[in-house]
Order: sequence, then structure tokens, then C-alpha cells
Amino acid sequence: MEKLIQQIKQGKVWPFPGGIHPPGQKGLSNASPITRLPLPDKLVVPLKQHIGANGQLIVEKGQTVLKGQALTKPVANWSVPVHAPTSGVITDICQMPSAHPSALPELSIIIAPDGQDKWCELTPHIAFADLAHDELIDIIHNSGISGMGGAGFPTYIKADSRKPIEFLIVNAVECEPYITADDVLMREHADKIVTGIKIMQQLLSPTLTIIGIEDNKPEAIEAMQQAAKHDDTIIVQTVPTVYPSGGEKQLIQLLTDKEVPSAGIPADIGVLVHNVGTLYAIEQAVLEGKPLIERVVTVTGNTIHNAGNVWALLGTEIKHLLDCQGFSPVPQQRVVMGGPMMGFTLPTVRIGVIKTTNCILAPDHDELAEPGPEQACIRCSACADACPASLLPQQLQWFAKSKEYDKLKEYNLFDCIECGACAYVCPSEIPLVQYYRVAKVEIKEQQAEKIKAERAKERFELRKERLEREQEARQNRHKRKPAAKSADEKQKVADALARVKSSDEKSDNKSAVAAAIARAKAKKNSGELEPDNSEVAKERAARKEQARAYKAQKEAGSSTNETADDKKSAVAAAIARAKAKKAAKADEESVTEQVPVDDKKPAVAAAIARAKAKKAAKADEEPVTEQPPVDDKKAAVAAAIARAKAKKAAKADEEPVTEQPPADDKKAAVAAAIARAKAKKAAKADEELPTEQPPVDDKKAAVAAAIARAKAKKAAKADKVEELNEVSVVSEPEQPQESALHSDEDKKKAAVAAAIARAKAKKAAKADVTKSADEVTVSSELEQAKESAPLSAEDKKKAAVAKAIARAKAKKNQQEGSDKS
Amino acid sequence: MTLFYALLALGSLALIFGLILGFAAVRFRVQGSPIVEQIDTILPQTQCGQCGYPGCRPYAEAIANGDEINKCPPGGEATVKKLADLMGVEAKPLAGGEQAEPVKTVAYIREDECIGCTKCIQACPVDAIVGATRQMHTVLIDECTGCDLCVEPCPVDCIDMLPVETTKQTWKWQLDAIPVTQID
Repeated sequence: MEKLIQQIKQGKVWPFPGGIHPPGQKGLSNASPITRLPLPDKLVVPLKQHIGANGQLIVEKGQTVLKGQALTKPVANWSVPVHAPTSGVITDICQMPSAHPSALPELSIIIAPDGQDKWCELTPHIAFADLAHDELIDIIHNSGISGMGGAGFPTYIKADSRKPIEFLIVNAVECEPYITADDVLMREHADKIVTGIKIMQQLLSPTLTIIGIEDNKPEAIEAMQQAAKHDDTIIVQTVPTVYPSGGEKQLIQLLTDKEVPSAGIPADIGVLVHNVGTLYAIEQAVLEGKPLIERVVTVTGNTIHNAGNVWALLGTEIKHLLDCQGFSPVPQQRVVMGGPMMGFTLPTVRIGVIKTTNCILAPDHDELAEPGPEQACIRCSACADACPASLLPQQLQWFAKSKEYDKLKEYNLFDCIECGACAYVCPSEIPLVQYYRVAKVEIKEQQAEKIKAERAKERFELRKERLEREQEARQNRHKRKPAAKSADEKQKVADALARVKSSDEKSDNKSAVAAAIARAKAKKNSGELEPDNSEVAKERAARKEQARAYKAQKEAGSSTNETADDKKSAVAAAIARAKAKKAAKADEESVTEQVPVDDKKPAVAAAIARAKAKKAAKADEEPVTEQPPVDDKKAAVAAAIARAKAKKAAKADEEPVTEQPPADDKKAAVAAAIARAKAKKAAKADEELPTEQPPVDDKKAAVAAAIARAKAKKAAKADKVEELNEVSVVSEPEQPQESALHSDEDKKKAAVAAAIARAKAKKAAKADVTKSADEVTVSSELEQAKESAPLSAEDKKKAAVAKAIARAKAKKNQQEGSDKS
Repeated sequence: MTLFYALLALGSLALIFGLILGFAAVRFRVQGSPIVEQIDTILPQTQCGQCGYPGCRPYAEAIANGDEINKCPPGGEATVKKLADLMGVEAKPLAGGEQAEPVKTVAYIREDECIGCTKCIQACPVDAIVGATRQMHTVLIDECTGCDLCVEPCPVDCIDMLPVETTKQTWKWQLDAIPVTQID
């Protein structure tokens, strides 16, 4: 170590391999002092001018800003603010072409200078030695300083290195042809640069600081030596002029004989490199409080009359620089940002100067010829000789062309510094560096994709896991409930069983017990649920019916409404009964009256009855405790209908029995049987309602009603003569059914229906005169039917008689109908 | 007698080696098929199902069992080439005649049209869409694999597949571009 420092102090340098000697052309621009440009018409300040994230915008369109005012504030890692280069108004914040070979648009702040160039309030720190480490870092950070040599690495990160720094190297080599910005800066501001070095020394406390300057800048060397002569920790080292000795890794090797490991950074070997321009900016920021808003730019080339260095405000359009220096473009003029070796041709001159812009080269065709067409590689290996990184450019080229990225990595493509020495020496004019650049981007993309694929896979698998978990949880939810229940019951039953069977069941194994329990449980369940329900339902229905029957008996004639639900059903039943009676009385009249309506009504009534029956059936199944009022109502209604039907059936008993056989023997028989049973019940119900209903299930009643209706229909179809007779009977009781249904929904309707029924009954009574004879026969028939139901022995005879009577009546009706029509 | 010794020697050797091999087979057994793992790492993990399998891993298993290697459009030519190298088969052009270099896309939800039905969230294989019922949804661009699976279920067609924007980091010199020269 001591020996190394000794050697360095003696002025020893360690040449790196390769390198080229392009014509310097520095004399064009380094003769004159740095000039200051007039204010441009507008400044285009991109938010991002360095490597890393851009800061957060803190100004808005239309805002007036002062010179040096921050336009963004640092937020994320590696973000560096930008500042207003002069006072003026922000005319726009929009996407503008960036200083990049692609000129991809980038968010930029456009400032129209007001010409006053008024500074914002500055806070200079003359005594920087008193400042704490973090304070200094903050000043550097907030002044927006990033590397001004070309890469644009945020300086505050470098200055805050956690690794011990042995050598601080100041890069003043400026090896690229044409560029003299650092040269003239050193000549004019050597003191300030040395102050900047001292600030860095304070931050990093290196053992030695080496200023590396190429031997083609004698004035700069002298100036720097003059400025640094009082400090023996600063050495000004003259290095031979070889391109690219200004490359960071090459310079480190040149000055310290140390090599930066592949994919490593200089700090890994205790070395830190800063550009002189950066150090000058640090001095300005700390001692004068000025943020980085301007830099020295070399404007040179044969098409520039006054080639030289200028202080250009960041954001000044290249066009302004060229115009101010006297630009006379040639046809197909190229303007290069950076030097001829590593710079790039600008797609447009309407691009602003950024922190890394050190040179604007506007060459004519003689000094920088367009590259000719690419020829085949002749394997001359000149590129390998020129490569400062000891790579094999020719091999890399093959692999890059065939996209063998693994091979490229194997051949250390990422150690390539893209200096362009290989392309410079290539006799075949192969744009080697371009190939490497593309390959690098592709490899980086692939790596990024691989990382992304990894993450996608991870996310996919996590999602799959999550979905499975959710599904399992769902299934468990379904399983657990019954399981828990059964477990509870098991416990109870097991306890009971244990108590009961404690004497002899001890020897039984568990499975047997479980089976027994299960059986017992099953029995319990099946035995408990349904009978309980139906019993309760029946009891309720019975009670309701009792009440209703009493009410109906009491208020048979009147249609006044009572309170509560039973009222409706009671009313409906009452109406039904009243209607039935009336119908029986006004039979003939109604027959003639309702003949035209007959066909429709039975159908409607049947449909309603069926719907009701369904409802009743459904309601029956539903837990009684859930909807007792509805259930009762429906049941009651069904019962009422059934009763009405029963009456009808009883009345029509004799007639259908004999007539139905032609239609359907079985059904008729069944229907007849049912009807008879119902008739019996009806007959009984007439006298003692309470005893009638309990045994009869509501469902059964509904079913019976449906059957009765079906029978009625059949009968109606089977014989038209009979139909007229029967329908008249059917249609009349069916009406109350309808009204009963409606009354479920609306009391008013029921009342109206009742009123209509009453009105009809009155009419019937009035019309009675003409049809009295028939009426009598029908009424007697009705009574007969009622009587005949219980007296089943006389059934057949009476039926025959009744049939004869009915037929006679029907004939009469027919006649009447034809007469009336 | 010589024959007997020879047989004895060979037989004992066979027995010894047999035992060694048998032990090695048990001791150094490889769990699962390592080739599936290797294939899976080559596949782009978009989980798009364009190969006809429900995800990249099932397709990797299918390839290991002898399926074609050219069924992965998102992977493009590069993936086919890598798979061909790995499997020791001839690289084929992509099945279905897709372009060799697939354009990378990401889903974009036109947020003012989104009705918050969560159907795309359920469809996304990598949980790259955030949102809640009746709330606007949005795509996490960094997590989106561009698999297209969310486009179909959207009842209002408010999802677009947009090509990934070129940034300075992903921009490439166009070396095959013909230089434009002005003829005087």
C-alpha cells in the first residue's frame, strides 16, 4: 500500500491494454475563454437528466419561477431534482423529445425567460468544514448534482459511499476528441475545483486524491497544480494521451494499477471517481448555494465559426447554441451530442442541453464521414488489439448477430464500455458498438422478463393455492354444520342409550352403538317432523273451521265482514253456502241466465281452484309455525271449496255416476266414490261441523275438490244436456269460490262479490215465477241427494230417478235457452 | 475347473455391481422429473393457456411427455429455440402461424367504462387486476403478463391489450434500418 502510494506520488502510471489515438481536434475550441450565451427564447428542462427516477413535480403551468428555484423534489431512490435555469414563466409541462438517440418523448418543463435572470434566495455555506456529513449530502442532493462526465450518476449516492475509500480520483482526462469543456473549466476555475475536491475529501476522507489529466492539456495541468500545491493529499497526475483513458475503469487502472472487478463498481476496490465538472458544481452548490443550472458545453466542428466553450443554461435548445456560435450548416448536416467516439447524432436540434451534455459537434462531411456500408469481418483482430477492456469484439459481434446471448455473457459483453475503439479501427466499417448495445438491451430485457416470469409463476401458484384454500373452506363450511349437529345429537342419544342400555350394552363396540344411534336418530327425525306438523296443522284447521262454521251459521244470510283472517274465509264459506242455496232455489233462472257465460266460467273456476289447491298443498308442506295465518286461511278456503264441491257432487251424484262410464270408467268410479264420501261428509258437516273437518286433511280436501272439478268437467263434456243442468249448479258455487279467492286479496272484492251474489239471488227470486216447477224439482232433488248420501242403500234407485228428472229438466232448459236466444 | 472359476468371478462381480446399482437407485433417487422443471423455467409464465393447457407448468409436463414445442405464442421463436436445444429436437416455426416476435402487450382497463363486475379479476391468472365489486378496476402493469384472459369475460368490452411502450431502457438501435440519404 505504502509502496503503491509512493509509486503514484513518483508519477508512475500503469497503461491499460489497447486504446487508440484518434486526432484530438481540441485546438478548435480550447483557445478562447468560456463565453456566456444570451438568454434563449425558451428553455426545455426535462424532469429526468440522470440515471435513476425523476423527481416529483412541484410547479405548475403558468407559475412564475425564479432562477435556481426547484422544479421537482426528490422522492424515490436515486431521484435528483431539477431547477429553473433562469427566472420566467412556465408556459407548459409536456412531453418533449429527449436528449437520447431515440429522442423518445419525456416530460419536460418549458420556461419562457422574463429576461431579469433573478435568483431565488440562496443559502451559501462558506465554512463547509463545519457542516455535518448528512448536511453536505443533502446540499449536494438538493442541488440536483449528478455526474457530468457522461453517465449522469447521482452524485449524492457516490458521495455517501458506505465503503471505505482509499483513492479519490478526479477525472480530468477528457480523452475524447474535440471536447475541451473540462480543459477550459480547469484553466478558469481550478481553485473552485480544488475546493470541490476538499468537500469530497471531507465526505469520503480518502488516503490520496489523484487528479488525472492527459498530457495534451498543459495549461490545465499547470492551473490545477497551482491550485492544489498547498495540499499534499492531492496529486495532479499527467497521463499519456490515449483514447479511452477517461473511461472510469481505465483511469483507475491507469492511476492505481487496480482493476475494477467485472460487474463491480470502483467503490468495491476503495476507489471513487468524480468528474471535474461535478466537483465544480459541488463547490457552487455548497459555497454559493447555487443549484446545478448551467454547465460548460463545447460547441465545435468545422461548420461552427466561433467554435469554443459556452456556459449553457440547462434546457437551452441546441439550436440556440449553434446559432450563437455561428452555424453554417452543410447539406445533410449532422449534429452530434457528445464526442465523435461515444456521442450520438441528434434527431433534431430542438433538444435541450442536459446535465450530461458536454459537447455539441457539428462536423462537415470531411472531418466526420458517414460510415460506409458494413463489410464482412475479415478477422483481422484489430478490434481485439484496440479493446481497452481486453474483450474479443469480433467474437462478440458474431454472437450478437446470431443472438447467442448466453455466449455473449460468457464473453463478458457487460464489461464493454462502448468506447467505440473497435469500430474505429475496423477496416470493414462494422458498427460493432451498435451491435453490442442492441445485444445488451436484449439481454437486459430477457433478464427482466425472466424475473417477471418468475414473479408471474409465483403469483400464479399463490393464486392457485388461495383458490384451493377457499374452495376447501367452502366445503368445510358445508360439512361442518351437519357434522356438528349430528355430533350433538349423537352425544345426547349416546347418553340416553348409555343410560338405558348401561346394563347390557357395555360390551358392544362403538360402530354398533353408532349405527344404533343413527337408526334411532333417523327414526326420530322421520317420525317427528311430519306427524307433528300435520297434527298441528289439522288442529289449527279444525279450530278455525269450528269458529268459522259457527260464524257462518250465525250470519249465513249476511255478508258483513268480521275481523282477522278467519273472517275472510268464513265469509267466503258463508257466501258459498248461501250461493249454493240460492243456486238451488234459482236453478232454472240461473241456467238460462248463465248459459252464454257457462263455458268460460267453469274453466276459470277450475283454474282458480287448481291454483288454490296447489297453494293449499304447498302451504301444507310448509312448516306450520312459519306461516300459520296463511296456512289456515288457505286450508279453510280449500275446505270451503271442498264443501261447496261436495254439495255439488252430492247433488249431481246420481247424474254423473251413470253418465261418466262412457268417458272414463275408472276415474268416474273413483270420482264417484270420492264425491260420495264427500257428500257424506258434507251432509254431516251441515249438521255438526266440528266433528266433520278434523279427520279430513286439508290436502285431501283440495285434492278432492280438484277431482270433483275434473269430474264435473268430464261430465259436462260427456253430456251436453247434463252439462246445462250441472253447470248451472257448478257455476253458481264456483262464483263464491272466485270471490273467496279474491277476498283473500281484497276484502272489498269479497264484499262486492257478495253484493253481486245477493243481487243475483234477488233476480233469481223475481224470475222464480216462471220456473217454479223446475225449481221445486231441483230443490227436492238436492234434498234427496243430501239424504241419499248417507243412505247408501237407496243410492242407486234415487240416482236413476234423479237422472231422469235431470234429463227432463235439461231438455226444458234447452228449450228455454233456444227460446231466449 | 477354469470355467467354474471364471463363472464364479463374473457372477460375484455381477452381484457386487448389482448391489451397488441397487443402492444407488434408492439412495440417489431424483424426486419428480427434473426436465419438467427445466422446461417450465424456459416458458414465459404468462399462464395464458394458448398452448391448450391450463398454464405453463401443464404444458411443460406435456412437452416432457412428447408434445410439440412450438405451441407457445407469447414465448415466440426464442422460446422454441431454447426448448429445441433442451429437448434435442428440431426447432419448428410456431404453430398457428403467429409472428416470430410476439408484440408484448399489457391489459388496460378504460376505467370510466368499467362497471365493477370483477369478472376480469377472477379471470386473471396472476392477480394483476385490482378492484372490488361495483368499484373501478385497474391493471397492475408491472404484474400483467399480457395473457389476454381478461378481455373475453368483460361484459362491457372495456379492456384493451396495449403494446408495451418503448422506454429509453428498452429502446434498441435499428441496425437493419436502411439509412435515408438525400439525393441532390
